[in-house]
Amino acid sequence: MTIEPGLRQTPLHRAHVEAGARMVPFAGWHMPVQYTGVMDEHVAVRTRAGLFDVSHMGEITVRGPQALAFLQHLTCNDVSKLAAGRIQYSALMTPNGAFIDDLLVHRMAENDYFLVVNAANTPKDVSWVLEHARSYDVEARDASEEWAQIAIQGPQALAIVKELSAEDPSPIRYYGFVRTDVCGVPCILSRTGYTGEDGFEIYCAPEAAERIWYAILGEGARAGIVPVGLGARDTLRLEAKMALYGNDIDDTTTVLEADLGWIVKLEKGPFVGSDVLARQKAEGVRRKLVGFETEGRAVARHGYPAFVGGEAAGPVRSGSFAPFLKKNIGLVYLPRGAWDPGTRFEVEIRGRREPATVVPTPFYKRAR
Amino acid sequence: MVPKNFRYTKEHEWVAVEGGTGTVGITDFAQQQLGDIVYVELPEVGRSVIAGETLGTIESVKAVSEIYSPVGGTVSEVNGALADSPEKLNHDPHGSAWICRLTLSDPAEAGGLLDAAAYEALIGK
Repeated sequence: MTIEPGLRQTPLHRAHVEAGARMVPFAGWHMPVQYTGVMDEHVAVRTRAGLFDVSHMGEITVRGPQALAFLQHLTCNDVSKLAAGRIQYSALMTPNGAFIDDLLVHRMAENDYFLVVNAANTPKDVSWVLEHARSYDVEARDASEEWAQIAIQGPQALAIVKELSAEDPSPIRYYGFVRTDVCGVPCILSRTGYTGEDGFEIYCAPEAAERIWYAILGEGARAGIVPVGLGARDTLRLEAKMALYGNDIDDTTTVLEADLGWIVKLEKGPFVGSDVLARQKAEGVRRKLVGFETEGRAVARHGYPAFVGGEAAGPVRSGSFAPFLKKNIGLVYLPRGAWDPGTRFEVEIRGRREPATVVPTPFYKRAR
Repeated sequence: MVPKNFRYTKEHEWVAVEGGTGTVGITDFAQQQLGDIVYVELPEVGRSVIAGETLGTIESVKAVSEIYSPVGGTVSEVNGALADSPEKLNHDPHGSAWICRLTLSDPAEAGGLLDAAAYEALIGK
């Protein structure tokens, strides 16, 4: 097989190639897009379990006496509410309240935080964080090279991890983590994910990634676990309405417009972007990211134009056939007056305007 | 292995000529590249096309791909089964999941397309 020059490989690259994955360039990495097929892999995660290599994600450590004040300044969620062993979904913003990136903030200990950012944004995020860190008594560092990340997601994930983890993972709450050994390897074991299912994200040293990967596939074989590529990762996160940077959120969309007001804590005091977000909150946003369905078989995809009452809106930010729900769904920014569930609008698919309807989200919510 | 009696395009369509009729489909290589197919937009019966013109569209979960007519002619029949079961294209692209039949403008035109050996060389088999 040919590998494009300059593409980086995760520590699990050999495992993917041996498994017959179709490998594609993604954010500068050579990544598996699918092993057997997007549909099968997607349904496996919803009904059994799936294993993802997400080692391309970036990690940044922030430590020091002013770590809390620094992260309060740089992110929109309230880091003072974050206890050790807990994780927060948050965002790095421009002064305009738009996304530099969305991220997870782990509080490892007093004055010790672990940030997980998107692969495509890692260099930009690292520059942003390190530049701002100079004004604070903190040490911020790009730790991306020191961590591999493996996600196990699905209703069988807990039972499989339980067999391999030194500490019982059952008590770990959603958005909580522990430091424990998995397969005898020191890991950060987080109850988080990007699929809408229960599951874990496991951070380990790159040289230990293969051992954990194969141990999970072996332990999970009877439960029907399969490796899952970026193709199904995208359809799974879309069904769960989890935002994807570059599609649904970017440096032109604010956190409030993205309907993520629950991570914006204006009452904590000023932070980068808070002026614009405060004004938007007071005046109300002019557009909002909403979910929609189309009835036809044609898929309204990323970038396709949308129209509300004949006026250009949108375009579609994410759109796909939803493999578990078996219908065509998508996300689009619509203006005030058009964003309530039930509102009809149109999406242009190959020159034809097809009817679409705003629907409540998430499209998929697992039974608890 | 691709069928020996078909002719192929570099865009991964095939045509099987019998008398004045050509049956058109996409190759197994094409369906593998597309992945799980969720929608096939078929041409209208009676439409005239020239070689290289768009006959329809195939959508997989991850991609959209045009179907280009390998030869010129008039659409005489479409495979309606694909409207309800587009996934058939993943299972039998060289057989039951043909796309449409054309009444050929020039039955000799297909002779200018790739033969099985040339197509296999193209896809690196």
